[in-house]
Amino acid sequence: MTTALRPDALRRVERLGRIWEDRPGVLGWLTTTDHKRIGLLYLFTSLAFFAAGGTEALLIRTQLIVPNGSTLSPAAFNTTMTMHGVTMIFLFVIPISTGAFGNYLVPLMIGARDMAFPRLNAFSYWVFLGSGLFIYAGVFTGHGPNAGWFDYVPLASRTYNPSSAIDFYALGLIFNSISSTAAAVNFIVTIFKMRAPGMSLNRMPLFCYAFLAVSFALVFALPALSVDCAFLELDRRLGFSFFDPAHGGDVLLWQNLFWIFGHPEVYIIILPAFGIATSIIPTFTRRRMVAFPMVALAEILVAFIGFGVWAHHMFSVGLSTITTVYFAAASMIVVIPSAIQLFAWLTTLVTGRPIFKTPLLWIIGFIVFFIIGGLSGIMFAAIPFDQQLTDTYFVVAHFHFIIFGAAVFPLLGGLYYWFPKVTGRMYHEGVGKLSFWLSFLGSALAFFPMHIVGLLGMPRRVYTYSPQVGWAPYNLAESIGAYILAAGLVLLVANLVVSYFRGAPAPADPFGGTTLEWSTSSPPPPYNYAVIPTVTSAYPMWDVEDREEDVRKLDRGEMVLEEGHETPASTVLDANLDEVLDMPSDSPWPVVSALMITGIFAMLLTGHLIAMCIFLALFALSLGAWHGVEPQEA
Amino acid sequence: MGNPGRELRGQRVAAAARRALLLAGVGCTLLLLAGCGQSEGGQSTLHGESDQTRKIIHLWWGMLAAAAVVFGGALLLLAIAYRRRTREGLPAIGQDEDVSTGLVVAFGVVIPVVCLVTLFFISDIGVVNATSAPKPGQTRMNVSVVGHQWFWEVRYPGTTAVTANEIHIPVKTPVNVRLTSADVIHSFWVPELNKKVDMLPGHPNNVLLYADTVGAYRGQCAEFCGLQHANMAMTVYADPPAKFKAWLANMSRPLAPPASPQAKAGEQVFLTQQCASCHTIRGTAARGRIGPDLTHLATRRTLAALTIPNDRVHLADWVANPQRVKPGNKMPGLNLTGTQFQQLLAFLQGLK
Repeated sequence: MTTALRPDALRRVERLGRIWEDRPGVLGWLTTTDHKRIGLLYLFTSLAFFAAGGTEALLIRTQLIVPNGSTLSPAAFNTTMTMHGVTMIFLFVIPISTGAFGNYLVPLMIGARDMAFPRLNAFSYWVFLGSGLFIYAGVFTGHGPNAGWFDYVPLASRTYNPSSAIDFYALGLIFNSISSTAAAVNFIVTIFKMRAPGMSLNRMPLFCYAFLAVSFALVFALPALSVDCAFLELDRRLGFSFFDPAHGGDVLLWQNLFWIFGHPEVYIIILPAFGIATSIIPTFTRRRMVAFPMVALAEILVAFIGFGVWAHHMFSVGLSTITTVYFAAASMIVVIPSAIQLFAWLTTLVTGRPIFKTPLLWIIGFIVFFIIGGLSGIMFAAIPFDQQLTDTYFVVAHFHFIIFGAAVFPLLGGLYYWFPKVTGRMYHEGVGKLSFWLSFLGSALAFFPMHIVGLLGMPRRVYTYSPQVGWAPYNLAESIGAYILAAGLVLLVANLVVSYFRGAPAPADPFGGTTLEWSTSSPPPPYNYAVIPTVTSAYPMWDVEDREEDVRKLDRGEMVLEEGHETPASTVLDANLDEVLDMPSDSPWPVVSALMITGIFAMLLTGHLIAMCIFLALFALSLGAWHGVEPQEA
Repeated sequence: MGNPGRELRGQRVAAAARRALLLAGVGCTLLLLAGCGQSEGGQSTLHGESDQTRKIIHLWWGMLAAAAVVFGGALLLLAIAYRRRTREGLPAIGQDEDVSTGLVVAFGVVIPVVCLVTLFFISDIGVVNATSAPKPGQTRMNVSVVGHQWFWEVRYPGTTAVTANEIHIPVKTPVNVRLTSADVIHSFWVPELNKKVDMLPGHPNNVLLYADTVGAYRGQCAEFCGLQHANMAMTVYADPPAKFKAWLANMSRPLAPPASPQAKAGEQVFLTQQCASCHTIRGTAARGRIGPDLTHLATRRTLAALTIPNDRVHLADWVANPQRVKPGNKMPGLNLTGTQFQQLLAFLQGLK
């Protein structure tokens, strides 16, 4: 790629490098507003939480490997089980999908130089880190959340849970949702306003459609959770009675609000995975996605209909039959957009010429697991079956096939797929395939027998079981599967770490990718593109003339935008060039204000309200500095 | 990249993995079939003892058959994609975007809609009514069950009978069970007799219990309710009507005065130590409401909601070390002398 540049072009590229470069060292990472560096911070942090959540899963499986196990005490089991759910959902899957993949890739895919609000982006990351550490501070001080990730009242009320375990949960999730909301708003504006000239909505990558849908879902779903947690804190700390039936409250209010958030959450978790699948499949089948507009529409529809199905998590609470029938019907409708996407992937694979390299293998695994989890999910729309099998291991099997099989597998495939782009090195193909097969077989062995043991009547969330009920062989198989899966994941990490240091150098476009990120060097320069690309189709990398024209523009100095932190803004629908934006540069204030927010929540938790107000004032000051101070540029 | 030795090794690994996958698939199927066999003492949802559960089981096997067809079809498509990976040029249908879009519409919209509408009418219009809660006055027999952390309080309205963790019902008789909770949310679930229904503070629910055959049916709390959620089980005994009547009559009686002097002394231990502040024994001054009613404790087959069998060894262990047997439960350890302990056990074992 790096052919010798003409002197003019070279001067422009060097100037761009000076303008966009971060400060060196740790300070550079602390003050960065580069979406790629923030994406990497998200990646490493969420992978660390993945390791924690995975360790918790192995502890659970070790406890349940035999009847009457004694690895964990009942109290330790409940904390472990709760933290496994909280960690995997709030501290791993959402941050790695939106934070890491979305942050790193969305601006690249749409040909932008950064997110719309770079400092808000940095702020999102630091708040996420703060909230994760906040929740885990509870675990390390012996007050780990222990009422399940769903945290039903009255078990989570002060009466039945007087320790601060639940306060770590409720405040931690409000804290965490600040980060997710800020990130979601950033994605919406970025995707609508920052697309490269010519990338009208119908030419936008399906990956970006998925992130657009996820961002809207986050913005509308998170308030329900935050309000729910705020009610809970008011009940616990100030003696309100939102959830106390003895004083006119209602325990089902918690469940309704929780699942109004919780079901869209499922789609928030899985839509980025769909986006990754729709990036990887065309590349490795060397063919366009079949039914592109239907898939784009389906991604949006899933996120929308997902808001109308929450009560199917509550079929056994005694709702009237007519209510359950409505929610069952809505839950069946949401199957259709998923089926459209599934068969669009399958048809693309069948009518293309698939190359079964490691990233595609993870997508195949994803498709297989998504079908299994989807089919068992449809079964839960049969109300009497739901009422019989909900809260058993059958439902644990179902959502692990969905959340691990269908949401995490594409993320892991995506790690392999974009590894050369991010690091400039190739991963090891053979070890990559081995890591896939270990993970795939491990997952199948860990999660499939859960269906059977659920049908045999094993409830969820039990810390032990009797040898007389006939569940032992299945639990043994599940635990062995979990260890195999862990081995596969360790192999994946080892492959990537070793390849980072010793892998073959990666070209800009090692796989024949379809989207713009493959047109820049591996790894991309801080400014992403020396020339803002102009797009004329949904598969810009296959438009060779366009990309050659970009190179010629560099010589002519067109669309280089080298006067400062510049990137173009475009119109929402047609992506006509609208104006050139002067973007804010790196800044210490996002991390400082996130620190102040951490202080606010720590003081709320410990009940030091005056100190809390001081942190609030400091937060306001840091916001002022954030907007007032603009460092000098090169 | 491009190292033929590596590629070959990768292919060998992949082939081995495929064989392992096939084995795993066969293994899973065998496990599933093995699961259909009923084990003694289990609580399988696949073993129906009432009209309600049999309908749910039929629904399950029907859905599984349909799901197997869909899954098989999808695997077939993946296999075709794999077989054709080396072919040059696009296949016939791939060149025509309309044909491939048509496939997506057929498989992704039309067929799912037909299947889902069918499922909706069978399950959500049909079976749902068969398993729904009985209407007021529909059954002559009523039982009230109150969920506690972590045991089941069982009452028979119209009688003074109170017991715990063992529900006796007459066989072939529809029984309306009224479900409430004294503390957190629990869920009442006897998988062989009916679906589960939650026990919520502030929202009483009802569920129909009916058993075709005489027998003991295991049930377990299905909503996470704290430390000992795992040890909150129960047994429903479907008895012949005469046996049930005799049982209920006995349950309704207060305590008969203890026969042996040792048991009499044990009663005093029970009343003067902390036992009576949490437990009720009808016919004595013990009126505690925190733990289960113990009037006929000795008739029960298990202790602590099916955690341990109700024999002398386990009873002694339970009274001596309640926090070791079931950590977190509300029963404290007592400071009894050896004599007092033996007297108390004699008394408890006489609560027939």
